Amino acid sequence: MMQAIYDRLKDRFQLGALDVRSRKGLAFVDLRREFLRPVLTELRDVEGFTHLILLTAVDWIEDERFQLTYLLNNRQKNLDLGLRLRLDRNLAIGETIHDLWPTAATYQRELREMFGIAFPGSPRVDEEFILEGWTDMPPYRRDFDTLAYSQQTHADREGRETSDPREFMKQILYPKD
Amino acid sequence: MFSFQPDRSQYPAPGPDGKLEIDLETGQYLKLWQGPNHPGMTGNMSVELTVCGDEVVEGKTHVGYLHRGFEKLMERRSFIQCFPIVCRICVPEPDFNEYCYAAAVENLAGIEVPEYANWMRTLILEMGRFNSYMMAIGGMSGALGLGVVGQWLTYVRDIMLDRFEELTGARIYHMFILPGGVRGHLPEGFKDRMEEVLKTAERYLADVDKVMFSNAVYKRRTKGVGYIDPKLFEPYGVTGPNARAGGVAKDVRKDAPYLVYDQLDFEVPTETASDIWARTNVRRRDIDVSIDLIRQILKKFPKGGEVMAEIPNVLHWKIPRGETYIKGESSRGEYGYYLVTDGSGYPRRVNVRGPSYTHAMALLELLIPGTNISDVAALMVSLHTYPPEIER
Amino acid sequence: MKHMDPNFRKDTKTEFPQREELKPRKVTTPDGQVIDIEPLQDYFCQEPPKVHQKSYFKIVEDFYNWCRAESLWILAFGTGCGAIEMRPLMTPRFDAYRYGIQWRATPRQANLLMISGYLSVKTLKRAIRTYEQMQGPKYVVGLGSCTINGGMYWDSYNTIKKLEEYLPVDLYIAGCMPRPEALLAGFMELKKKIKAGNAEGANKYAEKFDWYKANQKAVIKDWDMPDYNW
Repeated sequence: MMQAIYDRLKDRFQLGALDVRSRKGLAFVDLRREFLRPVLTELRDVEGFTHLILLTAVDWIEDERFQLTYLLNNRQKNLDLGLRLRLDRNLAIGETIHDLWPTAATYQRELREMFGIAFPGSPRVDEEFILEGWTDMPPYRRDFDTLAYSQQTHADREGRETSDPREFMKQILYPKD
Repeated sequence: MFSFQPDRSQYPAPGPDGKLEIDLETGQYLKLWQGPNHPGMTGNMSVELTVCGDEVVEGKTHVGYLHRGFEKLMERRSFIQCFPIVCRICVPEPDFNEYCYAAAVENLAGIEVPEYANWMRTLILEMGRFNSYMMAIGGMSGALGLGVVGQWLTYVRDIMLDRFEELTGARIYHMFILPGGVRGHLPEGFKDRMEEVLKTAERYLADVDKVMFSNAVYKRRTKGVGYIDPKLFEPYGVTGPNARAGGVAKDVRKDAPYLVYDQLDFEVPTETASDIWARTNVRRRDIDVSIDLIRQILKKFPKGGEVMAEIPNVLHWKIPRGETYIKGESSRGEYGYYLVTDGSGYPRRVNVRGPSYTHAMALLELLIPGTNISDVAALMVSLHTYPPEIER
Repeated sequence: MKHMDPNFRKDTKTEFPQREELKPRKVTTPDGQVIDIEPLQDYFCQEPPKVHQKSYFKIVEDFYNWCRAESLWILAFGTGCGAIEMRPLMTPRFDAYRYGIQWRATPRQANLLMISGYLSVKTLKRAIRTYEQMQGPKYVVGLGSCTINGGMYWDSYNTIKKLEEYLPVDLYIAGCMPRPEALLAGFMELKKKIKAGNAEGANKYAEKFDWYKANQKAVIKDWDMPDYNW
């Protein structure tokens, strides 16, 4: 069923290969940026993917890009479709879809704050959402180290011991190494 | 002649596009913060209200008071180390996080879960749903000033927590469902003790029906208040009981059966009014479904079997590159985990899709204008929002 | 657990810009008067808190302490997940009311602030404000391991680790999360402490006021309130 939908859309919107490796009823597909809005509109109005499950980003720092994932759900056919969009990491500007799904405005506010991806035109996108008085880099980026930040901000209580399970088991099983 | 309709002749008229020009300098409007320290809030969040008289003309939700950065913390923990922290994302119903995370990891690592563990997971999830509804209905009655129902239902929840304790060893954070299966077997005599709990619950719920659901004040304050147009369900991502109250039988348990829900016999209750009354009523009827499901599960429970599948050495567990999305029907709506792996021993990215994310932000801000200040608490509780899901 | 990135340095140079509405400005009142407004100033009282002196006679002080211990009124402010175990305490099964403990909705009526779990920086600001608004004698109880040393969130960028650096804690209740029985035992301990005259948190706060304020301002960048909220 997913294959039929994909075949209908593939040539018109130059979609990438269909990735159905994960589970039944879920597929991911790569998408070019200029086709985002037409594909989303087509999926919503014609193919019945009316429910936007989530919109989130993955930071592929080694490839210098962000991946935006738009997950849509078709309840009648029980299909989930994820659209993957690549953004340049140094010039992260996404396209707002709050007019297609008003609830996307919240997701875009979060991405703006947590990844530093700009969504021009999205309502209240520059207001503080979760953090307050944050001056460092957006915290969900891969190069932000939460442990280092925490140790440079708050002091540990004396006497606190942490033991890494991997090192601990190594000491017990192979004490000589 | 006394009228229940408030006198709105002194109120400013909306502009031609139906929107009010809000200018605080005129003195007609007042900013009012409800929360984070407010008994009527469903947790640690706040709503910034602009009021004119006792009518709210604008509401903005402010969240972030409970942000711990789970999605970041999980990026630096190995797959098994993520398992004890995921349940802390949602307090009233922690098991959903454990299930969704475990199922996502199993999906990407290609692990087949034993039949016994699937039944056990379903049982745990239904018990958690029961508990979460108890909090919701108790909170609903509390928001309207009917404290006694909250007391009764907290007691019922408490005796259910005793069963949780017997099964998992903990009251709130069970950490029972881990990638690969569950932690233990059903104890001896558990079924009888659970039956006692369910009987007590039914006795208390019969009383709640009399005291709360047929109470004239309760009906008057909830019927017709907080109406959500069913047309808005799709654009605003409304799922779960909030959608079912508007006549849309959205339920992941039926739409995309997971675990053993396809072997169980149940109906999804729906209402059509789509107001506070209908939403609470759907939850009340869903408790009956949940009680029935727990009985069915315990009846059909396998006699014995493996609780855990074979999993690799967890200290060196690497999962090949891939991404997946696992969803389930929590008591508040569709709950899902989006997991991305990159072939290393740590998740690349975990995104938690909590139902409150859409309900408490865009939807609540849409519903608040036009309500009375005293109804804001009831409106929030009726959406069953829970802030840690929004900010994680 | 992944290793820490040794090269990561926190950005200490960027200052959080002061909000526009917090800057001092001139305002014209409706009757044409021009007045200076300083939003960060508390116009009722600017004084820092003072140390509350003990009574001269020990027996009087003991009587006071007995009274204080027997009416612990908790502020119903659920700052974290521990708040969920407070609800069973209000029901007949655990029944904390029999010990003179009850829950109040406003800080003006309460004298015990329960920090129920981890505090994010955003909530810390509200908790400080709430604590300062409470009337003395007042006590703070930290609930859960995350208030003691960070607990589960020891490596999180947004939660504080040691609560006593920001608020004077009289008692910690360990656990993640503490059971209702542990909470009751904690209340009993607090009572013993108050009766012995050792729960001097509010006085400590007044004595080391500058130290507390410096600690608080080190983590709360967006400081938009007077130094002491009366």
